[in-house]
Amino acid sequence: MADTSTVGAARADAPPPAATRKPRSVLRRGRAVTPYLFLAPYLVLFLVFGLAPVLFGAWLSLHQWDIQLPNRPFVGLDNYRDLFSSDSAIYGDWWSSVRATGIFTVFSVPLLVVVPLGLALLLNEKFPGRTFFRAVYFAPYVLGVAVIGLLWRFLLDANLGLVNRLLGAVGLPADTPWVTDVPWAWVSLVGVTVWWTSGFNAVIYLAGLQDIPPELYEAARMDGAGAWDRFRNVTLPGLRPVMLFVLTTTILASANVFGQSFLITQGAPGQETRTVVWRIVDEGLRDNDAGRAAAMSILFALALAVISIVNFRFFRYRED
Amino acid sequence: MTTLRRTARYAVLVTLALVFLAPLLWMVLTSLKTSGDAQRIPAGWLPDPFSGYGYDRILTDAQNPVLRWFVNSMLAATLHTLLVLVTASMAAYALARLRFRGRRAGFALIVGTLFIPPTSLIIPNFLIADSLGWLDTLTVVVVPGAASAFGVFFLRQFFLSIPAELEEAAVLDGANQWQVFARVLLPLSKPALATLAVLSFLTNWNDFLWPVYVLFSPDNLTLPSGLGLLQGAYTTDYPVIMAGAVLASVPVLILFVLAQRHVIQGVSRSGLKG
Repeated sequence: MADTSTVGAARADAPPPAATRKPRSVLRRGRAVTPYLFLAPYLVLFLVFGLAPVLFGAWLSLHQWDIQLPNRPFVGLDNYRDLFSSDSAIYGDWWSSVRATGIFTVFSVPLLVVVPLGLALLLNEKFPGRTFFRAVYFAPYVLGVAVIGLLWRFLLDANLGLVNRLLGAVGLPADTPWVTDVPWAWVSLVGVTVWWTSGFNAVIYLAGLQDIPPELYEAARMDGAGAWDRFRNVTLPGLRPVMLFVLTTTILASANVFGQSFLITQGAPGQETRTVVWRIVDEGLRDNDAGRAAAMSILFALALAVISIVNFRFFRYRED
Repeated sequence: MTTLRRTARYAVLVTLALVFLAPLLWMVLTSLKTSGDAQRIPAGWLPDPFSGYGYDRILTDAQNPVLRWFVNSMLAATLHTLLVLVTASMAAYALARLRFRGRRAGFALIVGTLFIPPTSLIIPNFLIADSLGWLDTLTVVVVPGAASAFGVFFLRQFFLSIPAELEEAAVLDGANQWQVFARVLLPLSKPALATLAVLSFLTNWNDFLWPVYVLFSPDNLTLPSGLGLLQGAYTTDYPVIMAGAVLASVPVLILFVLAQRHVIQGVSRSGLKG
C-alpha cells in the first residue's frame, strides 16, 4: 500500500501535481474519442442514477404524482406549501418526523464527535495489541443496520433483554421500556448508534492524529506544557480539519437515520421515533404520493446542504 | 510510560473491547440455543444445551428461504463490486490521465453528487428503476448503487499519485491507451482497487433501505431485507432470528478480518485525503 500522504497529494480543489502534467503530451496521442470510451460505462450509470434522479426529483415535486394514477397534474409549489401549512393532511406527520430526526441528531452528533476522539487518543500511542483493539472497536461498524437492529431489538427487550437483566444484577431498575416508550427509545437509538459507529470516526481521528508533527509536542513539552495543555494547544488545533470532516459527515449520517428506528423502536411509542427518511419513503412508496415525497426530499437535501455550508464557514472563520 | 499507567490503559482497552464485542458474542450464543432456553429468565450466556435449532429452522423454512437470500446477497454484492471496479477505474483513468473537452466540468459534476444525500434520490430512483422494469430483480440491487462518485474520486486520486514515467515508457514502446490502462496502471493500483472492492462489497451486502422497498417476492430478497420478514415470522423466537443475523454477519466479518488493513486505511484515507 502506498504512503497515505502521496494519495493525498492531489485534492479536488488543487491543481494536479507536476508529475501528472508530463504524460499528457505523450498520452494525448491516443484517438480523440478514446477518453469518452473510457468514461462511457460510468457515465451511463451516472446519468441515469446520479444526475437524472436529481432533475426528475425536482420535476416530481411540482406535480401531484400518484404512482397508481395516470393523471399527474402540475401543481406548482403546492406540495411544498402543504408541508408548511398546518391544515394539510401531511403537516403533522412531516413535522413529527423532522422533530424525531432533529432529536436524534442533536443527541447523537456530540457523542459521535467526542467518544471516538477518546478512543483515538487511547489508541494513538504505540503499544502491543494496538491493531487488535483498533479492529475490535471498528468491528460493529462492519455489520449492517439490519443485523445490529435485530440484535439490539432483542438486547433491549424489556423482559427478555440482556440490558435490563444486567441492570437488575447490579441493583438498578430492571423493567425500563427501552424500545417502547420515550425518552428511553431515544436513549436506545442514540446509544446503539454510538456503539455501532464510534469505531468508524475513531479511525478517521487516528489518521488525523498521526499527521500532527511530533515536533509540536516536543516543543510544547520543552515549554513546560502539561498533558492537558498539549491536548488543548497542539492536538485540538491539529485535528481541526479532521473534526470538521467528522462533524459534517456525522451530522449527515445522523440526519439520514432510518434503519435503527425502523427495526429497533419501530417508530414507537406512537410515531415519535419515525424519522424523516422513513417518512419520505412511506409517503412516496406506501402512500403513493411521489410528488409530496419528492418535495420532502428536496427540503431535506437543502437543509443538509445549509448545515454543511454553515459548518465549513464556522470552522474556516475560527481558523482565521 | 509507568507500569501503573500501562495497566490502567489496558484495563480501559479491555473493558471497552468487552462493550464492543459482548453484544456480538451474545448474538452468536443465542443462535445456538433452543427456543425455550433463549426465553429463560434470567437468561444465561452459554446455551444449555447447545442446539442447532435456530439454524435448522432458517435453512428449512420454505416461507423464508434464508439460503436463497444469502445467495442473492452474495451474487448482488459480487456483481455490484465488479461493476464499480470496472466503470470507476476506467472513468478515473480518463479523468486522471487523458485530456478531453469537458474533463473539468465532468469531474466537477461527478464530485458535486458526492454532496447529495443518496436517500433524497430514493423516490426518483425508484420510479426510474420501475420504468426500466427492474423492480423485484437482482439488477435493481446491483446497478443503481454502482453509480459511485466516491469510487471514481477515490481511484482518480490514487492514479494521480502514480509516477507517470512508467506510462511514458509503455507509450514509447508503442502501447496504446487501453494497454497503458490495463497493463501498467491497473497492476500498479492493486491496493486501491482492493480497498474500493472491499468497501463496495460491504456497502452493498449491508444495504437495507433500498432493497426493503424495491424487492417484493420472498425469493428475490437479499439477506438484510429478508431478515425483517424473518423477525415478523419468528417474533420472539430469538435463536432463529439470531441465526439469520449471524448468517448475514459471517461473510462481512471474515472479509473484514482478511482485509482489515485495507478497510481501515480506506476509511481513514477516503475520509481525509480523498
